[in-house]
Amino acid sequence: MHIKPGEFVSVLGPNGAGKTTLLKVLTLLTPPSEGQVHIAGRKVSEEQLALRKKMGVISHNTFLYANLTAYENLLFYGRMYDVPRLKDRVKEVISEVGLQYSLNDPVRTFSRGMQQRLAIARAIVHNPDILFLDEPYTGLDQHAIKILNQVLLSLTNQDRTIFLITHNFEQGLSMSDRIVILVKGKIVCEMPGKDLTLEDLQKTYLKCVGEK
Amino acid sequence: MRFLAKVANIVWKDLVAEFRTKEMISAMMIFSVLVIVMFAFAFKPVGDTVKAVSPGIIWVAFTFSGILGLNRSFVNEKQNETLTGLMLTPVDRTAIYFGKVITNFIIMAVTEAISLPLFFIMFDYGVAGSILHLILIIFLGTLGFVSIGTFLAALSANTRASEILLPIILFPILIPLMIGAVQSTAMIFDQKAFVEFAGWVKLLAVYDIIFLVVPFILFDYVLEV
Amino acid sequence: MLKPSKTQTVLGWVTFIVTLFALYMTFIYAPLEKVMGVVQKIFYFHVASAWNAFFAFFIVFVASIVYLRTKNEKWDTIAKVSAEIGVVFTTIVLVTGPIWGHAAWGRWWTWEPRLTTTLILWFIYLAYVLVRASSIEGEKKATMAAVFGIIGFIDVPIVFFAIRWWGSLAHPEVVTGSGGGLDPRMLHALIASVIAFTFIYFYLLTQGILIERTEARVKRIKNQLRERNN
Repeated sequence: MHIKPGEFVSVLGPNGAGKTTLLKVLTLLTPPSEGQVHIAGRKVSEEQLALRKKMGVISHNTFLYANLTAYENLLFYGRMYDVPRLKDRVKEVISEVGLQYSLNDPVRTFSRGMQQRLAIARAIVHNPDILFLDEPYTGLDQHAIKILNQVLLSLTNQDRTIFLITHNFEQGLSMSDRIVILVKGKIVCEMPGKDLTLEDLQKTYLKCVGEK
Repeated sequence: MRFLAKVANIVWKDLVAEFRTKEMISAMMIFSVLVIVMFAFAFKPVGDTVKAVSPGIIWVAFTFSGILGLNRSFVNEKQNETLTGLMLTPVDRTAIYFGKVITNFIIMAVTEAISLPLFFIMFDYGVAGSILHLILIIFLGTLGFVSIGTFLAALSANTRASEILLPIILFPILIPLMIGAVQSTAMIFDQKAFVEFAGWVKLLAVYDIIFLVVPFILFDYVLEV
Repeated sequence: MLKPSKTQTVLGWVTFIVTLFALYMTFIYAPLEKVMGVVQKIFYFHVASAWNAFFAFFIVFVASIVYLRTKNEKWDTIAKVSAEIGVVFTTIVLVTGPIWGHAAWGRWWTWEPRLTTTLILWFIYLAYVLVRASSIEGEKKATMAAVFGIIGFIDVPIVFFAIRWWGSLAHPEVVTGSGGGLDPRMLHALIASVIAFTFIYFYLLTQGILIERTEARVKRIKNQLRERNN
């Protein structure tokens, strides 16, 4: 599989298809058991730290510290990624997700939707070139979905690479350049994502998964 | 320098969160004083008994309360999977280890600084011997405790029964440190000269170095996903 | 259970013969100790078990390092089986030690440095077994166990040193073991016994590995059956 810079790729697949494992390998959490991964033309086994700086991850887990405020959370992650002019950048992303009025409240007082929005801000605070999304729509309220889609749209416009893993047909797929279906660790189908209706997709999906 | 800045950032994050709720520090403080009080009932604290048992009581109180804090230091990172978030950031895994060691050391030092004077008051025991020497021993003992303790806390956080497991795997490893710390504390209370317990100080220092270096080498494996 | 290989069967018979020989050396060839009498015979088993235990834990240490480097399950199995054997032999040391102590010095437990170190060793490797028992399955479990296997073994010399020093301060008069004037025939019996126990160790190791492999095989077959029925 090859992903071009600026491409938006979605991965679908039934439970146990290896979606999460794939994401762990791509985000450099686990080394692949065989084969090799290249990111930005570099083998991932080398220069891990430099590559990590280019990646952002949004998952159904927020990765947020409940006892820190929204501001402190972003400050902490921003420093870990060596973000320049961090304080301005934090204010910028926080208004992007519409949380500027809750800046100094501890995250544990936030609703689930607010936490998810802050998690989006956390993932993009260091301006990643590649954004990984792992079931990001799980548990999101309408407002958060709207914000996530806005963020994704603006990132695609900036030619960022986006890699989405989901089992939700309704969300995100309309923005994808390419849809990949994964079954038992193997790619069984690939198709362009634009101009694909929901019904078509569901039909192809069932066919691809059923074949195996 | 980058590395140190990130270690400091992790320490900052942990301390801000801790001092906002004071969850750990208050529990540890109460527990260490409780241990001291329990010992008062176990060995009627009068006359020579105090002198004989106090070094042991002090160190048992420190380690027992310390283990409460160690247990939380990685289990807390499981909430919202923040440990994964931390591991995604561009920093060596060992920065996480050193950050946690420093945080745990500071929290334990604060607990000790409050419970030790309380011990002296409750047992009506005058501080005999050099305070500086005592501080040196407490420093070395606490450092050794948190360096191996933080490492094994990370290890046991991977298991199902982490809070039960940690004391069982940590205490046998801690035996040499306990012996050294209690013996040298006893000698300080006996107003012995430094040369007489210098051997124990060396033992503590060697223990600290070994159990800072070995976890440093092995920590990547403990955080493997 | 999987069939043992030829070498294993041969090893089993050799172990049997060597053990018989060691028993002969212990009970018939070696003379009776004048003061302690027949209780002294425990010495041959005590020392040989202690040797075996330390050897087993050394193997755990080596296998753990190799496992972390290669991630080859074979080494994890060796470490696991060896640790279990080591715990058994440490238990034997801890049971025979007090019996000897009672006969020799009139006290069951004297906090003698070597015996006390063995006690701590026993706790460390019980902890190792518990790390295995409560870890999540698979590679992670093996990794955690290997890490603890390394830490535990590094701690052993420090424990021994600290306890010996502490013991000499607390009970300076304690007799250090029973070295000194050993009858040469007693020494022969001891050597025979240590060799026999080493054979027993290797025999148990190969058998343990066989059991582990059988278990893994059964698990695989079960999984295949489950998938087929789905």
